[in-house]
Parts: sequence; structure tokens; C-alpha cells
Amino acid sequence: MTETAHPTKWKRPPILIRDARWRYAIYGGALVYMVLAIGSVEVNWIRVYEGLERGWRFIQGFLQPDFTTRWYDIRIGLIESLTMTVTSTVVGVLISVPIGIGAARNLAPPVVYLVCRAIIALSRALQEIIIAILLVAMFGFGPFAGFLTLSFATIGFLSKLLAEDIEDIDEAQAEAIRATGASWWQLINYAIQPQVMPRLIGLSLYRLDINFRESAVIGIVGAGGIGATLNTAIDRYEYDSAGAIILIIIVIVMAAEYSSSHVRKWVQ
Amino acid sequence: MPVSTLNGQPAWAHRTGKARLALWAGWLGLVALFVFCWEVMTENTIWDFVRDAPQQAADIGSRMVPPAWSYMDRLWWPLWDTLNIATLGTLMGIIIAIPVAFLAAQNTTPSYYIARPIALFIIVASRSINSLIWALLLVSIIGPGVMAGIVAIGLRSIGFVAKLLYEAIEEIEETQVEAVTATGASGAQVINYAIVPQILPAFAGISVFRWDINIRESTILGLVGAGGIGLQLQASLNVLAWSQVTMIFIVILATVVVSEWVSAKVRHAII
Repeated sequence: MTETAHPTKWKRPPILIRDARWRYAIYGGALVYMVLAIGSVEVNWIRVYEGLERGWRFIQGFLQPDFTTRWYDIRIGLIESLTMTVTSTVVGVLISVPIGIGAARNLAPPVVYLVCRAIIALSRALQEIIIAILLVAMFGFGPFAGFLTLSFATIGFLSKLLAEDIEDIDEAQAEAIRATGASWWQLINYAIQPQVMPRLIGLSLYRLDINFRESAVIGIVGAGGIGATLNTAIDRYEYDSAGAIILIIIVIVMAAEYSSSHVRKWVQ
Repeated sequence: MPVSTLNGQPAWAHRTGKARLALWAGWLGLVALFVFCWEVMTENTIWDFVRDAPQQAADIGSRMVPPAWSYMDRLWWPLWDTLNIATLGTLMGIIIAIPVAFLAAQNTTPSYYIARPIALFIIVASRSINSLIWALLLVSIIGPGVMAGIVAIGLRSIGFVAKLLYEAIEEIEETQVEAVTATGASGAQVINYAIVPQILPAFAGISVFRWDINIRESTILGLVGAGGIGLQLQASLNVLAWSQVTMIFIVILATVVVSEWVSAKVRHAII
């Protein structure tokens, strides 16, 4: 009688890529790429070494931020950023509601659907900073160009998510309202709106949050806001003022995130 | 149920009187806030420039077409730099994010009151600051070039990857951890055999997703001097060579679309 041989050793199976050939090919390719990529990065180590002292000064500035010296500039930048955020979110939401309804397959006729989807795709493909460059060239420097940029970016973001939400609604409710002989407007008002409203409010608050963060960035290309102030502070090597501005941004973003998550919980 | 009176008869209404009043007050407040912000924001706006805008747009538009196709010859090298900034930056971000995520997850953190808040602060600080601002800082600290871009992308990625990863760690199935612990495994062995296999697919998905976002962001880092195709964009903008700008926009758009496609494919294959 022969005994069946029991395996005495266990080899851990590969977790992600099962096929050995694929695994080696991907690892090999990654290795070759890494060698090429790291080889082509030119680093001026002397400059980096000289920069360490500045890096240290920045960390010191971050730990001992200077809010007072440039407070006048910081205040203007903050007011611009905050007003820009509010106005662009409101306008963006107002425009994105009709576009979102138009981009929902279960509500809109095919022609409207395609037009609205094209608008969304256009707005999402271009980054805020690129739109800001173009709009600053057209409308001049200042927060007005920033407001337009953020509104445009809001449209792509909100319309897409709103349209997807409308497509996912409970059709039974829409059918019940339709069965009462309701018109299209009444259908939107009584069947669609109550179902998507909590999420729309949540998304708008989330976008408010994003718009503030972005408003800190588009100032670098001249669209006003706290980003312009930060850019100036760094250009002047005033790291303590820059540290103060960055701390203010972090605090506002944290506060916005915290309060918006609370409001979203309360709405839903 | 909210009821109102219509012609002496009770009738159904959408909301009670109080709810309607509160709703109107809310809307009024929002409109007032909007008008106030609008007034403050446009205080210094020069409306002549705004009125002038369609003309400017037509002017720039006419100079933007046709794109300077021949300029492409000088874009290949910056494009390669952009790719490297995104990939190496993502790699750097991931390497730092993994320990941060394990420190931040409630079920793996070594100390709830010391290590976890520090890890959470790292995540929040990294997430609140856009990579362009990191790049601005780093260019002034370590000098312009690809290196500043890589570090900027890396610093921005830490928060994103660590946040999603620690949420994945918190959602793992505890029974597997218990089973591995019951064999007498050490802490490192528990992580290796019980936790890593559970979070690896999520981890790969997060990394590829972040890489996709980083490609998008690294195309513009050059605007502040941090290398890549943005440098060419800045140079072309400075000399108002709008046809070259169009060409760069086309390249950026194509890169973004391709990276999105790659990331969607890879994530589809993993999950």
C-alpha cells in the first residue's frame, strides 16, 4: 500500500498577478522604466544643498507664522477667495441644475442629452488652471476671472453627478406621479426633486469646499484670491507670512470639511 | 400631515406653514449672502475689461488657430519629464503613505492618543494644499526643475493615498487577523499574512487612481518652474505665442485622456 504524498511545504501564492509570465514581464518593464526615468532626472545637488537652509527657514516660518506684518494683504486675499468661492458655487449650481436634468437619460430627449453631455465633457476635460489662464487673458486680472473659472469648473462636476443621481432614482415614484396626469414640470417637482435634493445639497457643499481649495491655486496665474498673496509672499522669501497663509488655508479647509460633513449627515 | 384650507375645505399641502416660512428665510439668507459677496468681489473689477472680453476672446481665438504642429518636436522631452514627475511622485507618495495609513487606522495604530492624531494631521495638511502650491514652495526651496515637481506631487499624494488606504484597513475582516494571530504569528507576520492580502486590491486601485490624477496635475506644475510640459506652456504664454499654447493644450488633453483610459483599464482588471 502506497501512501499519498502530503505536501510538507507551503508556498504563498502571488496575490495580484496570477500568471507568472505576466508578472515577470510587468516587473521587468517597471524596472527598465525606473532606471530610465531616474537616469533622466537631472538634479543640481549643490542647489539642493544650498536650498536646505531655506527649507529650514520655511519650517521655522511654519512653526512661528507671522500673521501681522502682511495682514492687510492676507485679509484682501482671503476676502477675495471667500467671496469668489460663494458666488461661483451659487452660480455654478444654478447653471448645473438644468444641465444636469438635460444630461439625465430618463428625462431628456436625445438631442438635449447629447448637448448637455458635451458641455459636461468640455468642462471636465480642461483643468481649472488652464481655464483660468484663458479667462485672465480675456477678462483681465482679478477675482472676476477667478469667479468665472470656478463657476465653469463647478458646472462639469455638479451636472455630471446630478445627472447620474437622476438616472438612479426610484422609477416607481416617477411612475406614480405620472399616473396622476402630472405635467413634466410637476413630475420634476414632485417625483424627481424630493429624491435628489439631499444629495444635491451635499454635493453643493462639497463643491464649495473644493472651490475654496481651488481659489487658493488659480491666484498663481492672476485670478485673484489668497493664491496671489501666497505667491507674492513666497517670491519675497517671506516664509513666515507664507506659513501663516498656508495655516489659514488648512484651517479653513478643515472647518469647511468638518461642517459640510455634519450638514450632509443632517440633510440625509 | 400638513393641511391647508382651500375654499373652506381642508386640502393637502406639501409643507406646514412653519416649514415654508423657514424655507423662505433660508433662501432669502442665501440670496442676501450671494448679493453681498458679489458686491464685495466686484468692487475693484474694471467693467471695461469685462465688456471688452468677447473682442479679446475673438482676438485670442483667431491667433490660437491653427495650432503650431511643428512645435511638437520640442514637446517630446518635456512630455517624458511630465510622465516621470507623475510616476516617481506617485511612488514617493505611496512609500510614505503606507506607514502613515497603518498609524492612522483605528485597528492597527500603535497608540490611539499620540500616533493617530499625528498621522491624521499629516493626512489633512497634505490634502488641503494643492500640488501647485507645494511646487511653488519647493521651487523656492530646492530650486526649479523636475525634482521639485516630483517632491510636490509626492507630498500631495501622501494624504490622498493614506486616507483611502486607512479607510480600507479599517474595513478589513477581523476574523482573518484573529486566525493568523492564533497561529502565534508576530505583529509583522499578522500584517503580512492577514492584512496585506485583504487591502492589496484596494491599494493597487488607489495608486493607479492617484497616478491618473497626478498626470493631470503634473502637466501644469511647470507654470511655477517645477519642470514638465508646463514650463513650455509658461514660456509660450510669456511671449504670447498663442498657436504654440494651443498645441500644448492639445498635448495635455491627449495625455490626460490616455492616462484616464489606462487607469480605467487597470482598475477594471484588478477589481
